[in-house]
Amino acid sequence: MFGQFISDLMNYGFLQNALITAIIVGVTCGVIGSFITLKGMSLMGDAISHAVLPGVAISYMLGINFFYGAVVSGLLTALGINYVDQKSRIKSDSAIGIVFSAFFALGVILMGKAQSAIDLTSILFGNILTVSNSDRYITMAVGLLVILVVFLFYKELFITTFDPTMARAYGLPVDKINYGIMILLTLVSVASLQTVGVILVVALLITPASTAYLLTSSLTKMIGISALLGAISATVGLYFSFSYNLPSGAVIVIVAAVMFVMALLFSPKQGLVWQKLNYNNNN
Amino acid sequence: MLEIKNLSVTYPNNVKALEDVTVSIPSGKLVGVIGPNGAGKSTLLKGALGMVNRSGSVAFEGEPIEKIQQRIAYVEQKGNLDMDFPITVLQCVLLGTFPKLGWFKRPGKQEKEISMDALKRVGMEEFANRQISELSGGQFQRVLLARTLAQDAVLIFLDEPFVGIDIKSEGIIMDQLFKLRDQGKTILIVHHDLTKVGKYFDGLILLNKRLVASGEVDEVMTHDNLAKVFGEGAFTDIGGN
Repeated sequence: MFGQFISDLMNYGFLQNALITAIIVGVTCGVIGSFITLKGMSLMGDAISHAVLPGVAISYMLGINFFYGAVVSGLLTALGINYVDQKSRIKSDSAIGIVFSAFFALGVILMGKAQSAIDLTSILFGNILTVSNSDRYITMAVGLLVILVVFLFYKELFITTFDPTMARAYGLPVDKINYGIMILLTLVSVASLQTVGVILVVALLITPASTAYLLTSSLTKMIGISALLGAISATVGLYFSFSYNLPSGAVIVIVAAVMFVMALLFSPKQGLVWQKLNYNNNN
Repeated sequence: MLEIKNLSVTYPNNVKALEDVTVSIPSGKLVGVIGPNGAGKSTLLKGALGMVNRSGSVAFEGEPIEKIQQRIAYVEQKGNLDMDFPITVLQCVLLGTFPKLGWFKRPGKQEKEISMDALKRVGMEEFANRQISELSGGQFQRVLLARTLAQDAVLIFLDEPFVGIDIKSEGIIMDQLFKLRDQGKTILIVHHDLTKVGKYFDGLILLNKRLVASGEVDEVMTHDNLAKVFGEGAFTDIGGN
């Protein structure tokens, strides 16, 4: 089966596109996901990825690349959530829920009206085998941008994630940096659309990063491990998806989740199994 | 001199946290901010630094406070920090060198030396490579003070540094704070335990949404002032000096 996959990989351009895109998406989500999970913004990630849907639909209607519309609607969502959160007494998790579900619902209606060539299911759940060359380039560009930004602003991201109050006190524009992260999050969500789909992007953002968090206690290592696990999930997921004709997004997410469970049970420092054994030995 | 003029802070839910506070703090003084819960003690610090929407003006040595922003250290209540964050003690102190480095530059050998030196001054150098999650409350508070030392700040704001920490750590922290003050740094500490104010502080600011009193410890810790803020029941064991 694996030999077949390799030989198909040699022969079919669409499969090569799929593999390259999947790996880049895995790495990119792993990197940005590390900051999202540490900031406690997981729900925000979920919201933004869902909320790109109306932008995708409107892009189809206008006949432009779905990338542009998706970015606009993702950012509008981030702004909307912040506005509701700060100007009303609604708690922030409710604000997130209200705004993103409204955007998502609007997207579902618009997708129906747009009668696009690409169906709703593949946007929702991803269909990695339909990745075109231009999609691949967009994904690469987003991946490079994310890695470049994280490299250049690592220090600032580090301190605004760990101690935003100190950062604000010495004059870092913490709000702007947070908006920057949301912009990246939007770009990553859009780039991941075809690989895992809007509904499951959040898993690729949170799961590998959380697994890495259990395995190490250094932020740089966490980012590296998270990126690696993201790439492994995407590659292994693509293999099973292609070989057994399963939906790519779902398989990728399951692979990531299996690795998370392994880390949860067997992580050297924090594994639940070792804790249980220690507990029994001590009693 | 830190001059706070007509400082008011209203939170977005229309709660007035602080109304029209005007107070000056001479440089090189160690000043306690006291008052009951919800009196706006933390808000005074945050408002002075422009970290919340405020009206009024704040100047340090005659200039707008933004001019020296890089040399302001603010240590918030340690309970607000994520102790499970993947960061070592040394990395935590290194954060203090970030303001001077500015954008893009990474901390190098020199910054590490500054940070190790700061850790030594609070007796925490042996813990440099530990995770912060392995520290006790007092040890972590000392690390946060080391971060302030590494920052070489001229204006230092500490929010409830002595809550839940051991006596040894409290002693080490006070020692370092006295040294900083003697070097001419201006230090503001939000504090809620009235028993040691006479021993710790050169001056006090007593708040209850508005300024109730400020000045020398003796001038502020009068029966009238305290009764106004805490009620008559608060006098059982206030030592003063």
